[in-house]
Amino acid sequence: MSNLELALIILGMFIVTYGIRVVLFAGAHRAEIPEWLDKALKFVPISVLTAIIAPMSLTNSEGLALSLLNPWFVGALTSLLIGLVFKRQLLTICVGVLVFFLMKLFVGG
Amino acid sequence: MNAYKNAQRGAFASIPMIIGGVPFGLLFGSLAAANDLSIWFAIAMSSIVFAGSAQFVALGLIAADAPLWVIILTTFVVNLRHILYAADMLRFVRHLPLRLRLLMGFGLIDETYAAVRPMYDMGSANKADGHQVYIGSFLSFYLMWNVTTVLGALAGELIPGISDWGLEFAMVATFIGIVTPYLKSVPYWGAFGVAIIASVTLKEMPNHLGLILATLLAVLVGYCLDRYSEVDKKRGAANV
Repeated sequence: MSNLELALIILGMFIVTYGIRVVLFAGAHRAEIPEWLDKALKFVPISVLTAIIAPMSLTNSEGLALSLLNPWFVGALTSLLIGLVFKRQLLTICVGVLVFFLMKLFVGG
Repeated sequence: MNAYKNAQRGAFASIPMIIGGVPFGLLFGSLAAANDLSIWFAIAMSSIVFAGSAQFVALGLIAADAPLWVIILTTFVVNLRHILYAADMLRFVRHLPLRLRLLMGFGLIDETYAAVRPMYDMGSANKADGHQVYIGSFLSFYLMWNVTTVLGALAGELIPGISDWGLEFAMVATFIGIVTPYLKSVPYWGAFGVAIIASVTLKEMPNHLGLILATLLAVLVGYCLDRYSEVDKKRGAANV
């Protein structure tokens, strides 16, 4: 590819990426969000974060991997339980990560 | 608290995700080099485009000799989820001056949204200082992303197999730590359950479309359950 083509790729990707991220922010002072949409958007954080990590935690290249030998599944489950019981974010992260790496060490995968 | 302290809090809240991102920055740099792309191209991608998964997709498309418009259109689809983040963040940024909003738009990535957005709900960020927390989060991530891109491009083979170590699990655990405080009422549990089932079911869809669909579905279910429980409450009150 020529340098011009590569520069155009960067420019084009920048325009669409930044455009998507900034278009609402740029007009934020006059944008009116209807109340129902505002209420619905409150569910975006939990929905998108869960949708990002669920496939990583519950599946592998072969499909569902709900096995107690799967470090991803067991680590995520541990984090979830710790988070629900103790409600301490740092503890949730540390214990989950510890369980994950210990399992990876001993079980592999 | 001053601006610097707030930015520091944002950076601190992002540490697990920064660690999780390190192998990907290294991988991106080394893959660019492996595809005979110059280090300047890799640096320009990470510093100007600044979009993790879209950068990887673009590398694949370049390697496959895809035309420019396909690369740009795919980037658009892969990053579409960010518009949901922007819509959700609007209520916290609309009072800020335009130049701040333009800067914050540049840094609206998964990790910063994930780290900072819930802080508004949990009371550790507000309209007065939230943007400082946000900028601290995104600048620290931006720094890591660009440093690791350069390192990866210079010495991609230095740490063989680092992408197989599972450092991304730090992100999984962090997201769970962010999500669990929300799980206090039926609508949030509903959104959580639907997000799991839908994202796993739709996993094979290309370009994150499954992720976007699963998110929309979960938001819809959460919203409907919320409406339903509100109507229920009103009816209950009317009966008293």
